[in-house]
Amino acid sequence: MIHFVLLISRQGKVRLTKWYTPYPQKQRSKVIKEISTLVLTRGPKLCNFVDWQGYRVVYKRYASLYFCMCIDPADNELETLQIIHHYVEILDRYFGNVCELDLIFNFHKAYFILDELLIAGELQESNKKAVLRLVTTQDTLVEAAKEEASSLSNIIAQATK
Amino acid sequence: MDLAINPFSSGTRLRDMIRSIRACKTAAEERAVVRRECAAIRAAISEGDQDYRHRNMAKLMFIHMLGYPTHFGQMECLKLIAAAGFPEKRIGYLGLMLLLDERQEVLMLVTNSLKQDLNHSNQFIVGLALCALGNICSAEMARDLAPEVERLLQNRDPNTKKKAALCSIRIVRKVPDLAENFMSAAASLLKEKHHGVLISAVQLCTELCKASDEALEYLRKNCLEGLVRVLRDVSNSSYAPEYDIGGITDPFLHIRVLKLMRTLGQGDADCSEYINDILAQVATKTESNKNAGNAILYECVETIMGIEATSGLRVLAINILGRFLSNRDNNIRYVALNMLMKAIAVDTQAVQRHRATILECVKDADVSIRKRALELVYLLVNDTNAKPLTKELVDYLEVSDQDFKEDLTAKICSIVEKFSQDKLWYLDQMFRVLSLAGNYVKDDVWHALIVLMSNASELQGYSVRSLYKTLQACGEQESLVRVAVWCIGEYGEMLVNNISMLDMEEPITVTESDAVDAVEVTLKRYSADVTTRAMCLVSLLKLSSRFPPTSERIKEIVAQNKGNTVLELQQRSIEFSSIIQRHQSIKSSLLERMPVLDEANYLVKRAASTQATVSSVKSAPAVTPGGPLKLPNGVAKPPAAPLADLLDLSSDDAPVTTSAPATAPKDFLQDLLGIGLTDSSPTGGAPSTSTDLLMDLLSIGSSPVQNGPPTSNVNLPGIAETKSAPVSPQVVDLLDGLSSSTSIPDENAAYPTITAFQSATLRITFSFKKQPGKPQETTISASFTNLATTTFTDFVFQAAVPKFIQLRLDPASSSTLPAGGNGSVTQSLTVTNNQHGQKPLAMRIRMSYKVNGEDRLEQGQISNFPAGL
Repeated sequence: MIHFVLLISRQGKVRLTKWYTPYPQKQRSKVIKEISTLVLTRGPKLCNFVDWQGYRVVYKRYASLYFCMCIDPADNELETLQIIHHYVEILDRYFGNVCELDLIFNFHKAYFILDELLIAGELQESNKKAVLRLVTTQDTLVEAAKEEASSLSNIIAQATK
Repeated sequence: MDLAINPFSSGTRLRDMIRSIRACKTAAEERAVVRRECAAIRAAISEGDQDYRHRNMAKLMFIHMLGYPTHFGQMECLKLIAAAGFPEKRIGYLGLMLLLDERQEVLMLVTNSLKQDLNHSNQFIVGLALCALGNICSAEMARDLAPEVERLLQNRDPNTKKKAALCSIRIVRKVPDLAENFMSAAASLLKEKHHGVLISAVQLCTELCKASDEALEYLRKNCLEGLVRVLRDVSNSSYAPEYDIGGITDPFLHIRVLKLMRTLGQGDADCSEYINDILAQVATKTESNKNAGNAILYECVETIMGIEATSGLRVLAINILGRFLSNRDNNIRYVALNMLMKAIAVDTQAVQRHRATILECVKDADVSIRKRALELVYLLVNDTNAKPLTKELVDYLEVSDQDFKEDLTAKICSIVEKFSQDKLWYLDQMFRVLSLAGNYVKDDVWHALIVLMSNASELQGYSVRSLYKTLQACGEQESLVRVAVWCIGEYGEMLVNNISMLDMEEPITVTESDAVDAVEVTLKRYSADVTTRAMCLVSLLKLSSRFPPTSERIKEIVAQNKGNTVLELQQRSIEFSSIIQRHQSIKSSLLERMPVLDEANYLVKRAASTQATVSSVKSAPAVTPGGPLKLPNGVAKPPAAPLADLLDLSSDDAPVTTSAPATAPKDFLQDLLGIGLTDSSPTGGAPSTSTDLLMDLLSIGSSPVQNGPPTSNVNLPGIAETKSAPVSPQVVDLLDGLSSSTSIPDENAAYPTITAFQSATLRITFSFKKQPGKPQETTISASFTNLATTTFTDFVFQAAVPKFIQLRLDPASSSTLPAGGNGSVTQSLTVTNNQHGQKPLAMRIRMSYKVNGEDRLEQGQISNFPAGL
């Protein structure tokens, strides 16, 4: 099971956190600090796994961002690496050549995508297109609601003119 | 109005806020911006503003990610979730998952909204609710909402089904009792075609097996066939662009099915046999040139190792690991090492074949790989390969990173000790480790080394010469220095005269003053700590007796520490100076070589002592009454006294001073520095208690911690007095005017009188009597003596015993103790040991009394009761 997902920039800024195991708020910041120092100090050619407090942290760097997932020692590290890549590919398709700025200004979208990929720390969907379809359909629903509301407000505005 | 409905369209203030935060150059600036934003959001919340509610929530989430407190927004999440529209709910649930966790009570308030949303007609709203529930639900919510989730497992929409399945995993984790409710629905989901549903269902089944044996049995019966089919289909499937990763169709599904198969096949021969074929197919057919393929192979190997697989299949698995191990990709090597550790239990020989490769991994540049490999090497060591493996590891110790040395040293020491039948080899390896990484060697390791040297009389000469040479080269390794200094003190003449040379040894020329030089340099080295310096002083004192010509010089070196600010060193220095100066006649017998340390006893103790419970309870090895077992070297080997650890008595740090004529040495650390003081009175009866006074006079802690309590420590610094009775009076002379011995006549030859407690002001002795025919019951007559110069009034003695002992206290003969040891008060105690013969007596005592009307309190524990009580 995945205990948490962290996205950390090379400067140590947190870009996304998702907790599937309850950590109290105070401990969360401690965990983030520990993982950042652990992961950011590792050299480029080393393996993508580090032991951390009896768990294993699987991380991979994409451009300026480190994607980290904390798993049980009995879990499959190589598969977790593949899940990270899976997520990155979906982000890339959704934003079209994703960069860190996309994830800063549209952080909520990154969360929506993650929620279509993982629930309860387990994988939900292995089909990238299916995830994209689900997220964009829900985006359209939001757009439609917005259209409806604005047309409604136009009618009210005209009626009260 | 537009802004209010969709906060995320361009030009909204969320974007502006992120921009202004990013523009901040200092942390203080950022805090100011965040404070301003939070103030605005709080204001909006208190006004009950609805239009900007979700925009504010989005901002709060961003602020939360930066690490600022956002608890004031929690209720807003609930309001958004309760709203009717999809956009509000979407952002509300996201906020709920981000800002809250299952511990917060606020979460309970959302249960009702969740219930409504789980029954909503819009599948996306149902999806949002399932996702939130799956990520943060608590046990209570799990119970409340399980029926809804169960029902959704049968929903028509596959997306709802897969979310419901994953949500069920969380529910079962929180409330394992519910597992049986889900098992039939989970099994039927395995028949689906949709991969998302399949993956989720397989994971749910795995979780159910963990939670309930009934579910495990049910799934073994009902879904094994389906699983094999799923795995065969997916591994044989032709190119499927939707699921393809590196030429493999849906590796995720592969892996999850393999994992479930492992759970089902574990400990079940029938299931294992049923899946043998498909596992062999996956293991042989999967391409291993991409990460995805390797991930499948890795999982497959783990499953083969986990189930009751055929031997052919196991060979296949081990071969895959061998391939992994020689892979150039660090990730693959990491998982191979990981897996080999599990494989050792199944097939040690097969893993041994890869020993050379594994040993190479210990030297890898990557600390993750090094650690794994070291663990594995440790598991691989056996009688035949211990020597070459240790050599490799020790060689590597020389060049390894500083931060890896600690792990490496611990493992090497452990291996060397485990295979220490060949003592010369053991010594050589230990000397090398001490010289390369002495600072990382744990105390118990070098203590064990000293115990072994003490027992190996034929190797003592070799040891001291090797250590002397090493000390010259590596003087900065603390534990090396300690061992070397101790050896030079003990076996100094072997160093100088090249006694008991081994064949392969080259003679060295060391003069007496060279030996003293070596110790002196160490004593004066800036980095030496108190323990090391104290050991140096003892060593010098001993050398002054071994090498009489250097005595004058040693006197000067020792005297330099008379003004040392560390009490420990000052005290040693003053006392030793006095021994060198004024007691020439007894010096040589006082400073004889340490008696051989009891190796078996030390090993038992070392295993038993979990931590440094170097309690202040100690004793001197002495004559065993009624037939002392005298060994040639003059030390008595009393029957091993069981540790008083069961009562947690030994962890008590109340200072107690006891002397046990009939118990084994309690603490070998102290014995290393202490003495084997034997004092048999001419009558051969119980030893006189005068030894206590002597010990108190010379009492010196072996570590700085023990300097504190004024009443502590019967710890003689490396002075070996042999059993010669005539020496005793002279030793007592050292007391310089303190009261002389008060020998207590022994009334009962079977159990010697013990000094149960001794402080500067008070001494308590116990003598024992047993009624014939009642082995469990002992009558103790306690005698209290006031050693101070003022009379004690209102004297009260209290005692406490462990549960298995019963205690009765009779009234004392008086409550006033006259000063200066003029007469004593007696009190009798009756104890009944209900576990007679299994556990020894133990007791905690407390004495309260008044001195000039002022309250005093002393306490301690007694664990030196003679054996057999």
